[in-house]
Amino acid sequence: MKAVATSRPLEAQGTRRRWSRVAHSVPTIVLIVLAAVYLLPFIWMITTSLKTQPQSIASPPVLIPNPFTFDAFPKALEQMNFIGALRNTLIYAVPSVIGTLVSCSLVAYGFALVKWPGRNIVFVVVLATMMLPGQVTFIPLYVIYAKLGWINTFLPLIVPSFLGTPFFIFLLRQFFLGIPNDLLDAARMDGASELRILIRVVVPLSKPALITVGLLTFIDKWNDFYGPLIYLQKPELRPLSVALQVFQTNHSTDWPRLMAASVVVALPLVVIYFVAQRSFIEGLTLTGSKG
Amino acid sequence: MTAVSRPSAPVQPTAGKARRPSRRTLTRGERKNLRTGLLFISPWLVGFVAFTLYPALASLYYSFTNFKILQTPQWIGLNNYANLLKDPLFWKSLGNTLFLTLVGVPLAILVALGIALLLNNKRVRGLGGFRTVFYLPVVIPAVAAGLLWIFLLNPSIGLVNQALSVVGIHGPGWFFDPSWAKPGLVLLMVWSAGDVVIIYLSALQGVNRQLYEAAEVDGAGSWVKLRHVTIPMISPAILFNLIVGGIAAFQAFTQAYVIARGVTAATNDASIGGIQNSMLLYGLNLYNVAFRYFEMGYGSALAWVLLVAILLATLVMLRVSRNRVYYESER
Repeated sequence: MKAVATSRPLEAQGTRRRWSRVAHSVPTIVLIVLAAVYLLPFIWMITTSLKTQPQSIASPPVLIPNPFTFDAFPKALEQMNFIGALRNTLIYAVPSVIGTLVSCSLVAYGFALVKWPGRNIVFVVVLATMMLPGQVTFIPLYVIYAKLGWINTFLPLIVPSFLGTPFFIFLLRQFFLGIPNDLLDAARMDGASELRILIRVVVPLSKPALITVGLLTFIDKWNDFYGPLIYLQKPELRPLSVALQVFQTNHSTDWPRLMAASVVVALPLVVIYFVAQRSFIEGLTLTGSKG
Repeated sequence: MTAVSRPSAPVQPTAGKARRPSRRTLTRGERKNLRTGLLFISPWLVGFVAFTLYPALASLYYSFTNFKILQTPQWIGLNNYANLLKDPLFWKSLGNTLFLTLVGVPLAILVALGIALLLNNKRVRGLGGFRTVFYLPVVIPAVAAGLLWIFLLNPSIGLVNQALSVVGIHGPGWFFDPSWAKPGLVLLMVWSAGDVVIIYLSALQGVNRQLYEAAEVDGAGSWVKLRHVTIPMISPAILFNLIVGGIAAFQAFTQAYVIARGVTAATNDASIGGIQNSMLLYGLNLYNVAFRYFEMGYGSALAWVLLVAILLATLVMLRVSRNRVYYESER
């Protein structure tokens, strides 16, 4: 840290002090403006969903709907077959959450708390697979699933999650490593099997990390677009993410309906985010710190 | 953290004080542990072999073949790679992707750094609220974000152009104008860089306060502190964001797909990459080749070029940054 050696003449420091008062409130003001800009698209999405079609394309734009109308919502839900699409999303999202939690806990335990020769090398392989772009494996996977007759079934979207996800294995391993060894050794003394230790000791202690993994998996699946686009080609199998697209036609777009549908699809995630904000931030921070 | 797992039992007399020979046979306990460990990681082992290793090798093989789905691949050597060099859509998609990588990623990272620096200010109240706002665009589904921005950037009725016209600027056609479509995607990228903000913020909060105090004693102003304390101390996070952002831009798909489809639906255009393929990203072109035309051999060649490009770009960035990134642990 050699770089901080500029000294300033004293009179300059005096002027700076006077300015500093004004300067102190500048960051907050800039942030409020920026936050408003970032929020505006959301506000626009919500207010548009409450407008009539002519008002949604009015010029100059109308910010507050007049009249307020919820008409767009039932129409939007019907047009995108919301109930069916929601069912389709949940059919693969829920089993994926279960599969990810089970498989990643087992694998992370194997890497963090069982001492076997070579485990660090194998773990590097786990990390390396995170770098592999999905596109490289998509084509052969599609071929495999086609041969298995899994196209137009939910299996390609569910089965892989039962075989571990590298990022979540990494996340859980980091967490498991922080569990005091004494606890595990005490359980081993009592003759508990490793599986029993995982279920009785490690899992109860790791609830926050497991909740993070479960939520992130659920969101991943709720948002997944590429997978359903490729594997679920029949319209009746469309999940929410793909069903949102039905509003794009070559006729003029019904913006209130499209925005109403977007609000409905985005809302559960926004709610989850608000409720579980801390888990998100922690998961994310962990990613960054390994940099 | 690995220190936790170090064996705490005293060294056994049989193993003695001997330096661990590198080719010793495993003791019974170790063999048992090896079995248990492998058993626990077996889900990943199966997944790795079946869903990563085999597909990666298979796609390398396919890339040297002419392969339509459900037919036998025919070996054609390097033909796919040769064709790729002559394919205008390949070059178009590469150019579009490079635009996002070289313009969008640095811009998004710069804006995110700015926001994080503002948030890291002690005098700013309501940190949690601000953080929520900036992260919100990351939370909503990519499809919804794409559709929302088609609306916001609509040339005539969109909020952005209507706002611009208030200050007397005639806004561009954005996604409907080939030269403005990519800047439109960049706007969307900047808007949804909230995860980058969070990563910077946690890095900033980890900077030792004493460094700032020392700098102040030496009479350093805000700029000097930023330039010579903050930036060096968070340089690992900057590098991380550049690499991860670059990789993501190379693979970007959903938003560009949704927007390009929306635009072409509105203009009765049959192409998949927006007007004059101005939004045909690498991932879009790859999807098109593999899953619309089912040219699995050619698609695999595209995928491998992508993989090699990502690897090279990452290596170059790591190399270039080697003397510019400061790791505390290396002091």
